[in-house]
Amino acid sequence: MLNWKKYRPIDWALVAIAVFMPFLPLVDHNGGHINVLVNAGIYMMLAIGLNIVVGFAGLLDLGYAAFFAIGSYTYAMVASPQFGLHFSFWPMVLISAFVAALFGVILGAPTLRLRGDYLAIVTLGFGEIVPQTFLNLAKYTGGPNGISAIDQPKLFGYHFGLNPLPYYYLVLVLIAFSLIVANNLRTSRLGRAWMAIREDEIAAAHMGINTTTAKLAAFSLGASFSGLSGVVNASLLTLVSPDQFKFNVSITVLSMLVLGGMGSLPGVVVGSALLSILNFFILPQASNLAATVGLHIDFTSYRFMLYGIILVAVMLFKPEGLWGSEQRKAELKESGDIAKAENAEYEEMPRETV
Amino acid sequence: MELFIQQVINGLSLGGIYALIALGYTMVYGIIELINFAHGDVYTMGSFFSIAIIGLLDASGQLHGLPLLLVLAVTLAGAMILCGIVGVLLERLAYRRLRNAPRLAPLITAIGASFILENIMQLWRGPSPIPFPSVVPNVTWHFGGVNLSSNEVLVVVMALALMAMLQIFIYNTRLGKAMRATAQDRDAAQLMGININMTIALTFFIGSALAGVGGFVSGIYYGSTWFYNGFEAGLKAFTAAVLGGIGNVAGAMLGGFVIGMVESLTAGFISDQWATVAVFLLLVLVLIFRPSGLLGEVLPDKV
Amino acid sequence: MAFFALKNVTKTFGGLVAVKEVSYEIQPGQIAAMIGPNGAGKSTAFNLVTGLYVPTSGEIEFDEQTIGGKKPDFVCKLGIARTFQNIRLFAFMTAVENVMAGRHVRMGAMLWDSLLHTPKQRAEERRVREKALELLRFVKLERHADDYAHNLPYGFQRRLEIARALASDPKLLLLDEPAAGMNPREKEDLMGLIRAIRDRGTTVFLIEHDMGLVMNISERIAVLDHGEKIAEGTPVEIRANPRVIEAYLGKSA
Ligand SMILES: Nc1ncnc2c1ncn2[C@@H]1O[C@H](COP(=O)(O)OP(=O)(O)OP(=O)(O)O)[C@@H](O)[C@H]1O
Ligand SMILES: [Mg+2]
Repeated sequence: MLNWKKYRPIDWALVAIAVFMPFLPLVDHNGGHINVLVNAGIYMMLAIGLNIVVGFAGLLDLGYAAFFAIGSYTYAMVASPQFGLHFSFWPMVLISAFVAALFGVILGAPTLRLRGDYLAIVTLGFGEIVPQTFLNLAKYTGGPNGISAIDQPKLFGYHFGLNPLPYYYLVLVLIAFSLIVANNLRTSRLGRAWMAIREDEIAAAHMGINTTTAKLAAFSLGASFSGLSGVVNASLLTLVSPDQFKFNVSITVLSMLVLGGMGSLPGVVVGSALLSILNFFILPQASNLAATVGLHIDFTSYRFMLYGIILVAVMLFKPEGLWGSEQRKAELKESGDIAKAENAEYEEMPRETV
Repeated sequence: MELFIQQVINGLSLGGIYALIALGYTMVYGIIELINFAHGDVYTMGSFFSIAIIGLLDASGQLHGLPLLLVLAVTLAGAMILCGIVGVLLERLAYRRLRNAPRLAPLITAIGASFILENIMQLWRGPSPIPFPSVVPNVTWHFGGVNLSSNEVLVVVMALALMAMLQIFIYNTRLGKAMRATAQDRDAAQLMGININMTIALTFFIGSALAGVGGFVSGIYYGSTWFYNGFEAGLKAFTAAVLGGIGNVAGAMLGGFVIGMVESLTAGFISDQWATVAVFLLLVLVLIFRPSGLLGEVLPDKV
Repeated sequence: MAFFALKNVTKTFGGLVAVKEVSYEIQPGQIAAMIGPNGAGKSTAFNLVTGLYVPTSGEIEFDEQTIGGKKPDFVCKLGIARTFQNIRLFAFMTAVENVMAGRHVRMGAMLWDSLLHTPKQRAEERRVREKALELLRFVKLERHADDYAHNLPYGFQRRLEIARALASDPKLLLLDEPAAGMNPREKEDLMGLIRAIRDRGTTVFLIEHDMGLVMNISERIAVLDHGEKIAEGTPVEIRANPRVIEAYLGKSA
């Protein structure tokens, strides 16, 4: 239900920017800028996917980059000289998303019963194992050099080349699609089940919600978004290598969510846009600026300091993020009792909580 | 066979370092149920502080004049105190406000704090590996094809000695008892007149100081360090803590040695490349199949 | 098999026997109660029924099945819904969302429908919202449909929890101290509500400390003390039972 009064001017500004994005290349002919925007867009897709896991279902996934790696490598192996296979890009988008989702199920099925913090560490472990495995299996994956000369998409005979413009539109379409799907999920039976689980897992189970299945759905849906982004990323760079999928990537995406507001779709968009602007424009500019006055500091190598500060400061002072809901704020702050109930094994529940 | 014994020796010394770090994880988790993600970085800071202190002693031209033991004692004490302070600051600034928030909130700040500490170290000493001054003469004994170095002995002895001291502290002193009471039931402990904030801060201090010891001995053992050292070591040590039964001091020690063994035996008999994968695989398997650890009782129903 | 029965059910926690060899059968369409002093094991019995705890021994029968040890979502699907002694609403969801969540198990939307908002999914959401609003009217909370659950007064929260439980069309409704924290007027309304629930065809099994209320609406009462059932019968029989008077009424009256 739309309630027009609810919207603030800044909401309208966001809408206006979104509407303007398809026309941006008409104004800005700088290929470098477009390229940066494509990269930012890929991160935004990752953030929309991770938000399903962390924001909607309340599961902290610290190994999200693993699924990005799986999607990227899936495409790279079947669309490059590596094995001499050249599968078409478009079906591979779906297939890679599916493969990533499958790995989501494989990892999630045994682990989703764990308490939230243990789950976070397991996913982190998984996130370390996956790129390391790609590194070690050099026979199939090219080891540290990765796989190069990956095919770029073709559409109606038009060949995506080094020009970033077609990618720009591809990514815009995929973001729009992702946002619609994510919003559909949020406002559905499954989305309500996730919300219930986040608030009180035991009560949720008593509503007939199979909490394990619902979490598994979140986990593998999030993974599929990551896999899909991976395909786009691999074809854009025409190169994948294990170091593209380190813990840093997972943390960058998590910082985007936390900054914008976990669980809020406009929050995710804003958070990822802000961090990308910081990453791709402000920090390099700052380094350049410093260089002109004779200071040789590479600010970009300290971006994780900023992410760290964002994670700490936002969680301490504005846990709902820049664009989160009041509901989320209350959930993250006041709910000591709910926190205790969170993810506990039923039999372990102290009796006061039941 | 010789390879096996050699790898066991390596595993024990690696394990000693992991054990020293694991103690801090286990103590903090035991008392506030937080995975102090920044703990691995506190350990790295232990190495950095040690290097700085030795540098200071050296710069004033006194190192060679001073008895070796004194230098070591000053360095170790300095690293412990400084790391302890870092730990207390972490708790005060990043975690305390979130003590009653959902568990994931302080875990996220802990991850943030970890990145901040890493970058501070990067700012301080740059991104490349830093040599650790070789103040301790390293003697190597040969037994057939097996080598045993004095540094390896030092690591294991330090780890065992500190764990014993910690056990005595926790079970035989008033402060130790306050810590255990707080871990069991914070509200009840408060009613008994225990100062909760003090006790938690003390836990952080001790855990971080032990990580400082870990940083010191690992510096001696490896001969170098770098700002990102704590990420992997921290994760492995956390695995050790879980393996031993989180909250269980002796278990953390045992877990540390097991992890060290797994790593060095994989490296020796399969390949170096797979050693880390093996440890993380163990982490995943332990969390899935035995989240209460080897020594931890399966949480009994509260009565 | 009975419609609903506890058969020699025991639950121990470590050394503590919270429920000891309890048997209790309830007929369809009844309003049945369980009473007993604090710590007698009443809530534990409920938790055993809904699958929160696994019985140490004994069986629980419901609707031609044995359900002891089954998971809560399975038990809910079979047709048992409950409220909690310490209210466990979804605090930061609205009242109507809470009730809609209670309907989860009777909804058919699959992953695909949720992803794409198929026409079938939309129609179902509309129906479920209608049904939730109707239930809110039934418990007289229709004016608070869009309020967050945690903003509602205590007595309202209790009624909202009942509406949420009813959303799954249960055959058996378990109420754990539904009158706790209510004033006399609210208790009066609650009695009417419980009767109305029974008249809609739902069997009611309640735990309650308020003797006036229990004696007034229950057709059958079991009395627990230290985990053991010390008496069972009609309110008249229970009132006259010397063991009950000694164990329970004797202390509180
Ligand atoms: N999860 C648990 N772990 C350990 N002991 C428990 C647990 N749940 C209940 N108990 C114990 O079992 C006994 C029965 O508790 P229960 O909550 O069933 O009592 P009750 O009859 O509902 O009491 P009240 O009227 O106060 O609600 C108590 O001694 C309680 O401490
Ligand atoms: Mg009770």
